[in-house]
Order: sequence, then structure tokens, then C-alpha cells
Amino acid sequence: MAYVALADRDHEQHLHDPQTFVTKYIWSQDHKVIAIQYSLTAIAVGLVALGLSLIMRLQLGFPDTFSFISPDEYYQAITMHGMIMVIYLLTALLLGGFGNYLIPLMCGARDMVFPFMNMVSYWVYLLSVIVLCASFFISGGPTGAGWTLYPPQVILPGTPGNNGGIVLMLLSLVLFIVAFTMGGLNYVTTVLQARCRGMTLMRMPLSVWGIFVATILGLLAFPALLVTGIMLLLDSVLGTSFFMPALLSMGEVSEHSGGSPILFQHLFWFFGHPEVYIVALPAFGVISDLVAVHARKNIFGYRMMVWAILAIGIISFIVWAHHMYVSGMNPYFGFFFATTTLIIAIPTALKVYNWVLTLWRGDIHLTVPMLFVIGFIFTFINGGITGLFLGNVAVDMPLSDTYFVIGHFHMVMGVSPILVIFGAIYHWYPKITGRMLNDRLGRIHFWLTLFGTYAIYLPMHYLGILGLPRRYYAMGDTSFIPDSAQAMNAGISIAAFFVAAVQLIFLFNLFWSRTRGKPSGGNPWKATTLEWQTPQTPPVHGNWGPDLPVVYRWAYDFSVPGASQDYIPQTMAPEDVPTDPGSSYDGGEGEHS
Amino acid sequence: MAEQTGLEGIVIDWSDDKQAFHVPWGKAMMWIFLLSDTFIFSCFLIGYMNVRITTTVPWPNPSEVFALSFGGEPIPLILIAIMTFVLITSSGTMALAVNYGYRRDKKKTVLLMLATAALGAMFVGMQAFEWTKLIVDEGVRPWGNPMGAAQFGSTFFMITGFHGMHVSAGVIYLIVTATRVGTGYYDRHRGGNYEMVEITGLYWHFVDLVWVFIFAFFYLW
Repeated sequence: MAYVALADRDHEQHLHDPQTFVTKYIWSQDHKVIAIQYSLTAIAVGLVALGLSLIMRLQLGFPDTFSFISPDEYYQAITMHGMIMVIYLLTALLLGGFGNYLIPLMCGARDMVFPFMNMVSYWVYLLSVIVLCASFFISGGPTGAGWTLYPPQVILPGTPGNNGGIVLMLLSLVLFIVAFTMGGLNYVTTVLQARCRGMTLMRMPLSVWGIFVATILGLLAFPALLVTGIMLLLDSVLGTSFFMPALLSMGEVSEHSGGSPILFQHLFWFFGHPEVYIVALPAFGVISDLVAVHARKNIFGYRMMVWAILAIGIISFIVWAHHMYVSGMNPYFGFFFATTTLIIAIPTALKVYNWVLTLWRGDIHLTVPMLFVIGFIFTFINGGITGLFLGNVAVDMPLSDTYFVIGHFHMVMGVSPILVIFGAIYHWYPKITGRMLNDRLGRIHFWLTLFGTYAIYLPMHYLGILGLPRRYYAMGDTSFIPDSAQAMNAGISIAAFFVAAVQLIFLFNLFWSRTRGKPSGGNPWKATTLEWQTPQTPPVHGNWGPDLPVVYRWAYDFSVPGASQDYIPQTMAPEDVPTDPGSSYDGGEGEHS
Repeated sequence: MAEQTGLEGIVIDWSDDKQAFHVPWGKAMMWIFLLSDTFIFSCFLIGYMNVRITTTVPWPNPSEVFALSFGGEPIPLILIAIMTFVLITSSGTMALAVNYGYRRDKKKTVLLMLATAALGAMFVGMQAFEWTKLIVDEGVRPWGNPMGAAQFGSTFFMITGFHGMHVSAGVIYLIVTATRVGTGYYDRHRGGNYEMVEITGLYWHFVDLVWVFIFAFFYLW
């Protein structure tokens, strides 16, 4: 059959042509506008979760001074804080925000392959956020079962929000998964099928690789959460017993019998562990690009970086039960999952080494994004090493459900991706708005945030080794906990208020620089990737003007020996590359290693 | 273009620029969606198997529960057998529709797609009959039933309900696509390309395939 490459049929993708304010910024099908809608919604709901964490810290740090939340409200706060941060902030911001903005621009596409579906994805996401936040206002309040929503306690009387809150939470999760699936199908298909001429998979920037593999993980892991959500919803609304064993609750035999709470844990963590990498892989990708641009050096070991992303993605599906060592499962299972958990550290460590080796002998520019890169590498190593403790069954047993775990996952999954998000915003803000963020405010924001978060989370490791249990409203006079632990808790709380206040500098910077920032020009960082080569900044609808870009090289031709400038954009043909007089460099693609 | 097959073909495809698979965007997206949907049904079936093991009450015997009596003699699984036959037949008419779609035979394509939709609607109708019989005559509820383990009703209504929703959505999808073929929408907007027929077909065959697994694991076990 006569065959025309579909990507060549450029004229066939009918982009809608927005005219009014409403079609341009509200019901927009432009991936860049959708990305900003996703990001702003995620940041807004993330600020709610930040507020909840401050309420918790106020209670934990000064249990005798303040008494404005009850134990029930404390549980509701930890539940909503965890769920919002993991799903509605990090997943939505990294995939819905960065994924939407960067994939078409970095791949040289005009938009996502199905822009209408992309738009619907955002609106369903917004609906899921509204449904989730509605649970604050119903009688009984949101669910207080902890973000893992473990049955049987999640729907038993005595747990806050066991009637209304949990139903809204589950409905909101189902909506989120629908939204994510519509967006995710778009991201994956765009990367696979809609790249521009010359953009092979092995020339793609690592940001796109990270987001791409993370989206595939999402498409295969969220189904488990969807099924879990539906079954739990039936258990709580219809009185079925998928997860509910026969039990005595408040002196009465419950109406449930024969279900399996462990099944819930398996299904939940089959989603929950890949979810960690759904957040981590885009962050890994973005960091790889930031480190290369700001160290003016090609990324060390590009091919190995790609294979490491793929390897992490695959292995992340067979490590889930390391969250369940204390659930009473078979020790041989524990052995298996401890082994796979330690194996996944190998490709992860490989990526860390490659970032450090990219910095080594690089022409490091200590710009604000670079500061965040370095902050991330430190924090990620820190959080990763405590992960080795928790990955071993014997060490995990005493540390399980203590502040050590809290410290570990906030380092590795909280602070690390947030530092990447900050770095990425400082890096791409000029492309999104055409103006630079204020540099001085950025530096203040970075140093205060970095030291502040260490002041919060490092002491938590000590508290955990002391045996301080997590999810306790107040420690009271527990005999094995020394009084000094309370002093440390108070210190952590003060640091938390400080870090939260520092974020106001960042928010101020975002809004102030929007109109008053220094104009950036099209490529302020002298980067090679396609998004910096658009004809207009910020890019207009359709991204590329009349012709799609053509790519001649990989994304990391920095400081190529013989070239007269220290970066060569991906769109520059070999014969156009200015070279030093007398050099033998022919302008060809730099060497992949 | 020379077709490479086997491993070499995969390497060429994947190291190509612009697109990794030489298929339309919509078809690639449908494949990925179906992969995701496979995980949904796998989780449902694994959950079902797990609660069937954990429940402490005996599981009702499917060949008795799903028997229909004709002239006083109960025939096990007769309705399910007919439903399965209908759904498999609809896969056959769908395959023919895809074939005629590639031949640009508009009339036969539309007729075969509508036949597929009618068979699908027939399947959903028989499922509604089966549900009614179980709920009204035999007192099976999602939270319990007179025959044995409560999880029998829970998993039955959940899994066949979720599958029935897929079939119903497929019927609507088939009718929309058939209408668009019939009214010449694809001739006007897609240059006479009927690839949507095949994409609809992919979804339909998937729904049939899932039924085979539900049939095997739920009714025959």
C-alpha cells in the first residue's frame, strides 16, 4: 500500500484557531495553556496541603500550648496532606504541567495529537480537585484514614469521615484517573508518533524520556488504584466485603465477612510504588537537562541514562510489597521484594553518578536553576541512602511507622521533586512568559528553602531511631521517649513555619516578574533543545510558524571542540555550524556515550 | 518502502525519526488505551480470585446458579453459552466490516457495523435478563446471597457490570462510527480514509476477548 508518513501530513492536523479570551485561555486546546492551567491548579491545591502540614506541625511542636485541632482533625489533616501532595500536586504538576508544556515543544510537534481530549483531561482534573476539596465542607469532614486509606479502619465507625469523606475521596480519585488517562494517552502517543523530522527517540532530551516513561507507568499503575477505589467504594456504600473481614467493632459484630485487607494493600501498593517513580522519573529527566545546560557540558552517558530510566520503570512494578513488610506476609516474599528493591538502586545510583560526572570539569554556571540542581542531587542521595535502610526487612521492622520513614520519604519524594520543580520553573519561566524571574530573590529562596527543609527532615531521622511513632496526635508521657524529643519536635515545627514563609518570596517573584522581570529574549540560557528555538517567545499557538523544525543532532551538543560557540542548537545543520579557524570539526552531531 | 520484519524491523522502527509505529495516531492511542484497560480487568480478576480464596463460606456452584430450565429440566450455563456465542459472532461481523472498510465499500461497512452493534445490544439485553433473574428470582445481592459466599454477588455484579458498561459504550461507539461512514463524514474530513472503522474494531475485539476471560474464570471455574 502506498504509504505517507503521518507526521508529514502536517496540514491535516486541524488546529482550532482561538479568537476570544474564553477560547484562548479558558476552553483552550493549546497544550501550553492547558499546561499552565494544570500547573496553577496543582500549585493552588498544593498550598492547601502546605497549610494542612502547618496545622499539624503546630499541634506536634506545641501540644500543650495550642489546642485548636482535635485528634480527629489531626488525622483528617495528615490524610488530605498526603493525598493532595502525592497525587493532586506532584503527579498533576509534573505530568499535566511539565508534560503538557514540554513534550510538544521538545519533540517539535505543533500540539498534542488530540488537543480536544487534552482539554477535557484538564477539566476532569479540576473537577476531581473540586470533589476532593468539597469533603472539607460536608458533615463529618474529609476521611481521616491516612493517605493509604487502609481498610478495615477506613470505613469503620470511629474513623473520621467514614461515611461521606471517604466516598468523596474515592470519587475524586476515580475522576483523577480518568483525567490522567486522557492526558497520558496523549503524551505517550505524541512522543511515539508526532516528533519532527530528525528527532529520533535517541535524540530526545531526557526530560521527554522521563515524562514519557513516567506516563507509561501511570497508564499501567493507575488501573490498580481505579479497581481498588471501585471495590472500596462498593464496600463502604453497598456493604460488600471485598476488603472487610468479619470483625468486632465497638462491641458489635460488623455486617462484613470474608474479605481480605491484605488484598487492598497489594492492589494499592501495586499502584503506590510505581507512583513514586511517576513522580521521580520526570524529575530525573528535567534534572539531566538542567545540569547539562547550566554546566555547559554534554550529559554524561546519555544512552545509559535512557536505559536507566527504562530499567527503573520496569523494576518499579516488582517492588511494591516492600511497603508491606509488617503486614505479616510470607518471609520469602519479603526476601524477594527486598532483593528487587536493592536492585532498583543500581540504575538509580547510575543516574546520580552521571549527573555528578556531568558536573565534573564542566563550565558550571551557578545560576538559580543550577543551585536547585545541586540541592536536588544532595537531597536525593540523602533520601536514597535512608531508603537502603528501609528496603531491608530486618532493618525496616523496627523503623516501620516511625519518624524515620517520614524523614525518608519527605527527603526523597517531597523535597527532591519540589527542588526540581523550582529549578524547572526558574529555568523555563523565561520561555513561558518572556521574562526572567528575579535572580536575587531566587537565590534567597533557594538557600533558605534548602537549609530550612534540612532543618525539618534531618532531625526526623533521629526521632525515628528513638522510636517516635508517626501519626500520633501527641506523644503524651510515653516512657520510652525522652523529653528532649519534644524539644526537637518544637524545633522542627519552627523550621517548617520558616520554610513555608519563604515560599511567599517565590510566589511574589512569580507574579512580580510576570510584568516587571527583565525581558529574556528567546534563549537566555543558550540551550540546545527545540523549545528555545521557537520563532516567538512565548511560543504562539501552533508553536513553529509555517514550517516544522528539522533536527540534525542530539540535545546535548555543548562545548563541542572546534565549534566557535559553546552550544549548537538541535536545529542547526552541520554546514551552518560556525567553527574555529583551522579546526577539523565538520559540524556533525556530537558523540553519544 | 521495503518492509523489514522481525527484530531488525523493530530496531528500524524504534530508531526512526517522527514515529515509532507506522500506524495512524488514533490507532496507536487505542492500542495504548487497551493495554491500560487490560490492567484494569486483570486487577478485577485477580481481586476476584483472591476474595474467592479468602472467604470462609463455600462458593456457590456456577453451573447451578446460571442454569435455565426448559420444560422442567435445568440446562447449566445455557444463557451464558448463547451470550458468548452472540459476542463472538459480533467479532466476526466486525472483522468483515473492517475488511469492507478498506475496500471503501460504504454500504456493506455500515450494514456490518450496525449488525455488530445489534449483536452487542443483544448481549447487553441478555445480561440485563440474567441480572434480573438473579436479583428478583434468586435473591442475589452485592452484599449477600442465599447460596453461599457474599463475595459471589459482589464480584459478579462488579465485573460483569464493568464489562457490560464496556459493551454498551462499544455499541454507542459503533453506531457513531457507522453513522459517520454512512453520511460521508470521513470522505469529507479524512480524505475517504476509513481507519476509524478499524480503530473501533480494535476496541470491540478487545471487549470480546475480555469476555472470554470472564467467562472462563467466573462461569467455568
